[in-house]
Amino acid sequence: MATLFQQFTNALALGCLYGLVAVGYSMVYGILHLINFANSSVFMFSMYFAFYSVSVFYLPWYFGLIAMLALTILLGVCIERIAYQPLRSAPRISLTISAIGVAYLLENFATVVFTAVPKSFPDIPFLQEVIVLGNGEWRIQRLVIFVVISMVVLIAALLFFLEHTKMGVATRAVSKDFETSQLMGININAVIRVTFIIGSGLTAFGAFMWGLKYPQISPTVGAMPGTKCFIAAVVGGIGNIKGAVLGGIILGLVEVMLVYFFPGLSGYRDIFAFIILILILLFKPTGLFGAKVTDKA
Amino acid sequence: MLEIKNLSVNYGGIRALKGVSLCVEQKKIATLIGANGAGKSTTLRAITSLVKPSGGQIFFEGEDITNMPTREIVARGIVLVPEGRHVFPNLTVLENLMLGAYLRKDSSQISRDYDYVFELFPKLKERSWQMAGTLSGGEQQMLAVGRALMARPKLIMMDEPSLGLAPLVVRDIFHIISQINAQGVTVLLIEQNANAALKLADTGYVMELGRISMSGGGRDLLQNEQIRSAYLGKAKDVSK
Repeated sequence: MATLFQQFTNALALGCLYGLVAVGYSMVYGILHLINFANSSVFMFSMYFAFYSVSVFYLPWYFGLIAMLALTILLGVCIERIAYQPLRSAPRISLTISAIGVAYLLENFATVVFTAVPKSFPDIPFLQEVIVLGNGEWRIQRLVIFVVISMVVLIAALLFFLEHTKMGVATRAVSKDFETSQLMGININAVIRVTFIIGSGLTAFGAFMWGLKYPQISPTVGAMPGTKCFIAAVVGGIGNIKGAVLGGIILGLVEVMLVYFFPGLSGYRDIFAFIILILILLFKPTGLFGAKVTDKA
Repeated sequence: MLEIKNLSVNYGGIRALKGVSLCVEQKKIATLIGANGAGKSTTLRAITSLVKPSGGQIFFEGEDITNMPTREIVARGIVLVPEGRHVFPNLTVLENLMLGAYLRKDSSQISRDYDYVFELFPKLKERSWQMAGTLSGGEQQMLAVGRALMARPKLIMMDEPSLGLAPLVVRDIFHIISQINAQGVTVLLIEQNANAALKLADTGYVMELGRISMSGGGRDLLQNEQIRSAYLGKAKDVSK
């Protein structure tokens, strides 16, 4: 029972992490209709940022987290400015190809700069400490609590932003109709930049928590979590924020709990996400919360 | 107030506008009529900088606004009610109106303008919490006009506001246009319903294949034999 509880909390934390990053994918897709393939590389860079700020420059972990957030956001915004903004009126496929190009560029750049030798993510004893509850049977890592609380707070803040602020309403408008938004006087480039700030920030949070769970950093480290978070966004219905969170949690739960109940499957844990993806695409291609998509490309 | 000089626009290799000049006087209603593809919508899109002109100049209140970013043109008091309404279907009626006032900072005046719009269109008040996508075509057109009014425009440009609407609703729309104009807002109207538009307008321009082929007072054009046969035909008068 106690192990079940522990596994469940692990699953929940992993799910929240997937959910956070998935929201970033979903928002970027919602506004640009772009599957941001470069985000896996942003995820990877984000982990290196944490490594350099904490393990090399000896910042305390919370300052390290802030530095990591700031640098990741800067990277995300630069990518948008350099690789996506010039293609604003180009066909969608050009944008997607540009994103793939950025992903490869960053990955190879990282191999040159950081070398392919894995680095280890900094230890943060405060978050990795296990809290023991009751008679010593119920154990929960502080990280789990930190992840779940961050997720709830960040998503609540994001929903508040989208529903109740002028910029948030403008964001929803731009995601439907660039031209009419411009006619309202909305600066669509500014709105898109804000979307990338949010997306990259959430990616940094995800990368931070991922690093604490799987503390090995290499230039290809972003591929698997990046792909899974994208799958989470598709499962929830891409473009939908609550869907992305739910998709992430489902993915996390399935991945961890299946291995718990069927230990023999542990070698296959990475394929569950893809099986879920295939099932969703077969039976509900628009995702759990997805609206009917009218393709205006 | 608005003066266009020798405006040309190219779409790919096609010349959509071939040197259009026209003038809209302050507090008047001007209308632009012509067949499909004559370049009426393109003219409005060029004024708001949604398409970049390849030549010519656009002046608003004496200032050259050619090639300015759209939002700066909007900030100067020009709004476009686009063809096909283009309300934001995923936003509530209230949020749509709020975006109309996006560039304004005077919040107390804005809240008075909500009341003004709701007075003009009581239906919108009833439905202010509804998603704009669930409104009927006529209600969406009213929302599009209301949204434009929220910007406190000096010049409101409307692209086919009566398109696809029931005759009764069309009559309402034309009534509203003259009401808006009576409030001191200058109007530039594109209409396929040439008869109703010319009756309302102080000045009319006829467009053909990217050029202005004729212009004059609204009533004068209405009497013109050439125009009667080309654009008015047996069109029912629905403006009364």
